[in-house]
Amino acid sequence: MTRGPTWFNITSLVAGFSFLYLPILLLVIYSFNESRLVTVWGGFSTKWYASLLQNDQLLDAAWVTLRVAFASATLATIIGTIAALVLVRSGRFVGRSLFSGMIFAPLVMPEVILGLSLLLLFVAMDYSRGFWTVMLAHTTFASCYVAVVVQSRLVGFDKSIEEAAEDLGCPPVKTFFLITLPIILPGVIAGWMLAFTLSLDDLVIASFTTGPGATTLPMKIYSQVRLGVTPEINAVCTILVVLVTMGVIAASIATKRQQVQKERDERAAFGAEG
Amino acid sequence: MAKKSIGPVRRAYSPWDDPEKAPFIEFRNVTKKFGDFTAVNNLSLKIYEREFFALLGGSGCGKTTLMRMLAGFETPTSGQIFLDGQDLAGIPPFKRPSNMMFQSYALFPHMSVEKNIAFGLKQDKLPASEVDARVAEMLRLTKLEQFAKRRPHQLSGGQRQRVALARSLAKRPKVLLLDEPLGALDRKLREETQFELMNIQEELKMTFLIVTHDQEEAMTVADRIAVMDKGELVQVATPAEIYEAPNSKFVADFIGDINLIEANVIEKSDDGTRLRSVADNFSIDSDQVTDAAVGDRVWYAIRPEKVRIAQGRREKGVPNRIDGVVWDIAYLGDMSIIHSKVGDDDGDTLRATFANVSRMVENPITWDDEVVMSFDRDAGVILKG
Repeated sequence: MTRGPTWFNITSLVAGFSFLYLPILLLVIYSFNESRLVTVWGGFSTKWYASLLQNDQLLDAAWVTLRVAFASATLATIIGTIAALVLVRSGRFVGRSLFSGMIFAPLVMPEVILGLSLLLLFVAMDYSRGFWTVMLAHTTFASCYVAVVVQSRLVGFDKSIEEAAEDLGCPPVKTFFLITLPIILPGVIAGWMLAFTLSLDDLVIASFTTGPGATTLPMKIYSQVRLGVTPEINAVCTILVVLVTMGVIAASIATKRQQVQKERDERAAFGAEG
Repeated sequence: MAKKSIGPVRRAYSPWDDPEKAPFIEFRNVTKKFGDFTAVNNLSLKIYEREFFALLGGSGCGKTTLMRMLAGFETPTSGQIFLDGQDLAGIPPFKRPSNMMFQSYALFPHMSVEKNIAFGLKQDKLPASEVDARVAEMLRLTKLEQFAKRRPHQLSGGQRQRVALARSLAKRPKVLLLDEPLGALDRKLREETQFELMNIQEELKMTFLIVTHDQEEAMTVADRIAVMDKGELVQVATPAEIYEAPNSKFVADFIGDINLIEANVIEKSDDGTRLRSVADNFSIDSDQVTDAAVGDRVWYAIRPEKVRIAQGRREKGVPNRIDGVVWDIAYLGDMSIIHSKVGDDDGDTLRATFANVSRMVENPITWDDEVVMSFDRDAGVILKG
């Protein structure tokens, strides 16, 4: 029995999504505003995107952000994948459940605390803050997200596939790169994209851990907004929204494919005669 | 128990009867413990070259652990394993000269059929031309030529099983280990594949070691069977010996259908033993010379197909004649299994098979018929305990 959507359902849906996306939509619309005043519509124009290209400060900040995101996502993917492998594979060892719980902790830890503690650490180490400290700080929390994503892929992994490779004469390390990694690759890629997106839009932790010469884009935008919103900011935010949306879509496609692949593997392992 | 010939041996090849022959695989006092649980208990076993050997037992009997120790995935707690004269201790799985076909097939999902088969050969760094030739040979042997480019998920269960077999055979291992290889196939396909396996084994002249819980499968494919229980070998013998001369109540009960009659030894002589049923008032005359003493409690085990059954009370002067009343009939098409009660409700129930050689019988054996059962003096075995 099927029912059409009731008026109540449609209204809730529209209200809910408006609540979520109307502000972003407004931001995108006003980025094409001719007028210099952010709140007054003065006709369609792309001139703020053009002037953005002249704004070296913003471009520098964007370049720093991209470098930080790329480096921290890559490092976090390596660390997170190793952590996931150990937690899923190594069987029981003392403190296993403590460790797997601690993997999740930074996911729920307030960013302010994470940022402050990292700042204190870098100060205590007497390490000059800048690009590297931001990158390390982002790696720290992103590796937890990667570990969680990769772990879900590894749980359904048939261990005998690796045993088969070793049985056929392949040493364990080579087995990891030839067999295990290709099979869990969708999860690893999804983890990388998640880490990249998280680093791209982080403000709090970056503000705590950065130093001179390493201002990220979210920090730059935040500091400019305090002096008054310009349509240029709207333009740069629109570009960010597009980037992040693309990242999320790509990650969800990878996850979806991973799911399909996983089902296929399960059918491959326990398949009925067809 | 005295050894005697029991039917023709399937193949004239029987190296286990030759005490001079060196074993190809030898387990010497092997024990494997997982924590407090003893999976394999001080087990010694010799397997010979070109043998098709089956490890048979219920789940948790240690058969898979034994095979995984040979492949190198488990390390024995104590004892030694030899393969072709070489002590396998400390040799990792990827350096052992055996290959294994896994129960889940464990195919590489991201590789095509031919890449799966070629994987082991590439690890040996064989030249490409030889890899191609060997893959082609394996595809032909397992009739997979037209599926060479497919991925495992595009194959049926039976085809995947053949890919797994081809992959494990490609390196021509000294011994092929088969872990419940046909478990996931349906009955008809399983029977076909059993014969295919036997043909491949004879063609390649390799040593096969199969682990199975399916006694029919073990009987069909193997030259010799080791029946395992609780980490120990109960009996190691040819299928015919295991079936016709089980050495214990466990083996008799585990393999096929059998009547077990509890009886006392009442008379012993050089050419036989006389038993009397505990529950009923009939005696059994056997030509077996047992080492049980007069008065001992034993089991008399006899296969249903060795029991002749006829209506009425006609047969006179035959040995081992037992009167009964038909209590239940299982009609299986090719034959019927007739359960007859001897004596009252607490008495023995004897099963006899009746081959349905005629399509229609005018006066078939039916419920509550009075029947007479009989069997020859050498039809059953006396088992202690």
